[in-house]
Amino acid sequence: MKSVDIALDAQRSGRFTALKAWLYRHNTGGRLSTLLLFIPPALMVFTLLVILPIAESGVYSFYRWNGFIALSESGRWVGWQNYQFILQDPVFHRAVWNTTKIVLISLLIQLPLAMMLALSIASKSSINSLFRLVYFLPFILADVVAGLIWRFIYDGNFGLVAAITQMFGLDPFYPLADRAWAFNAILVVVVWKYFGYHMMIYIAGLQSVPNDLVEAARLDGASRLQIIFRIKLPLIMPAIKLSVFFSVIGALQFFEMAMPLVTAGGPSGSAHTIVTYLYEFGIVRSRIGFGSAVAVVLFLACAVFAFFYQRFVMARSSS
Amino acid sequence: MKEMTDNRSVSASAARWGLLLLAALFVLLPFWMTVLGGFKSLGELRVSPLGLPRQWDATAYLDILSSSMTWQMMLNSVIITGFTVALVLIIASMLAFTFSHIRFAGKQYLYSYVILGMMFPGATAILPLFIKIRDLGLLDTYAGVILPQVAFGLAMSVLLFRTFFEQLPKELFEAALVDGCSYGRFFWTIVMPLSKPILATVGVFILVGSWNNYIFPLIMLNDQSVYPWPLGLMEFRGQYGAEWNRILAYITVTILPAVAFFLYAQKYIVAGLTGGAVKG
Repeated sequence: MKSVDIALDAQRSGRFTALKAWLYRHNTGGRLSTLLLFIPPALMVFTLLVILPIAESGVYSFYRWNGFIALSESGRWVGWQNYQFILQDPVFHRAVWNTTKIVLISLLIQLPLAMMLALSIASKSSINSLFRLVYFLPFILADVVAGLIWRFIYDGNFGLVAAITQMFGLDPFYPLADRAWAFNAILVVVVWKYFGYHMMIYIAGLQSVPNDLVEAARLDGASRLQIIFRIKLPLIMPAIKLSVFFSVIGALQFFEMAMPLVTAGGPSGSAHTIVTYLYEFGIVRSRIGFGSAVAVVLFLACAVFAFFYQRFVMARSSS
Repeated sequence: MKEMTDNRSVSASAARWGLLLLAALFVLLPFWMTVLGGFKSLGELRVSPLGLPRQWDATAYLDILSSSMTWQMMLNSVIITGFTVALVLIIASMLAFTFSHIRFAGKQYLYSYVILGMMFPGATAILPLFIKIRDLGLLDTYAGVILPQVAFGLAMSVLLFRTFFEQLPKELFEAALVDGCSYGRFFWTIVMPLSKPILATVGVFILVGSWNNYIFPLIMLNDQSVYPWPLGLMEFRGQYGAEWNRILAYITVTILPAVAFFLYAQKYIVAGLTGGAVKG
């Protein structure tokens, strides 16, 4: 009996010594324990609440399910039906087109405006910092606040629109209730809220352009436009690429600002974006399966965009 | 100076000023109408939305400031935002530290995995997230909003922390390790005190995002007593319909803390909100 115990003990302590040696080699400075303590909290929260739900959306999207009772009991497998419906729904097409419109307005109006302003006030002076402060102000507001303020501006009885129609003695006009105007009115709010943000990104880029480069070009007789297009813009390309990236990702997730502006996608759903569509048809109506299918489409749009943008636009700047 | 006498420069400068002032008007007019609108009676608001109030009537403001609901919602927001910021700062900086200072297998993959989170808006996960939070019994609790906000704030924060940590001089750590300092102690006693600028930048980024967040509370909370202020604002709007003077006063009350904070911590806000693209 005893000898067996002793033999086991020896074996154990042998293993123990090996473990100690291994730990000594790998755990210098508490390396392993630090890894075991520092990695799991963030990794678990991230996996459980970001990655896993995205994956679950993929599963749910093949079911008809209201989400009240467990999927295994009340869900019904419907194959690709949810996707077929989305792809055929004219309201969804409209939502995709509106989301695209946000991107177009950003690229064609918002970013050029931000760039013009950035070029005007990039140099350091107190009046310039005042302008910067003013332009950046809308960005610090919550999206719902920006939306609600403009809901008032657009109100045909009270707001700025009312003031204008009264001034010219016209009938009251309600842009947000008008199929043709509703989404364009929202686009104005997008520009109002975000141009200062993009301007700030450009200003940071412009301030890192070496001054002697600009001076040298000026002495060589370069015109103001030449300096802008040949020197400044190429040098701040990384900032421009970054702001375009944020614009597109922002358009894809556009939701909170629309909530106070229009109810249920506006007049006959004409002002839906992808996420308001998801909210209206997935969440409000408790159609978890259908909403998840929309989420998967949104996910794919983000993934495809991010992949190609990283690969073909961002990557080119580093070489 | 000689340039300025040039006709073309004069007109260019006039155009520049025109553009600057027009843009400022575009930005400020809605603010002007909002703040003043709260001081007008509904009748006056209808006939003159733009001018100064004929009679400054602070009733709408006083009603809001004396309502316990307003303060309850502000408190809820402070709690949700406070915990979100604290949690993100702690767990994101710890993870980023292992990426920047400890060698281990698969580090690059793990980093790419976490950074993936930057590409995907909360909306892509919102339905399963709702079900998960419900199954955990966290609907209508602060934690039900805090946890998703933390999770979706991690990717950007880890990126910002890692970039900063990697710029710390390597000799610092080598010297500490020779002196027998452990990784853990090195992190808490040397790295953290040096990281105040990045803690402020990430903190502000998460703080503003969480303070203004609407989608997670909208999905997770049904009970008014735990509403943060954006839900409270929308609730108020629903309740008062077209009484725009009250709603405008409410908006003003909610944007004041944001504007005050912005003026106070401008440098970090610009750095934080532009994702570190702008160095403070």
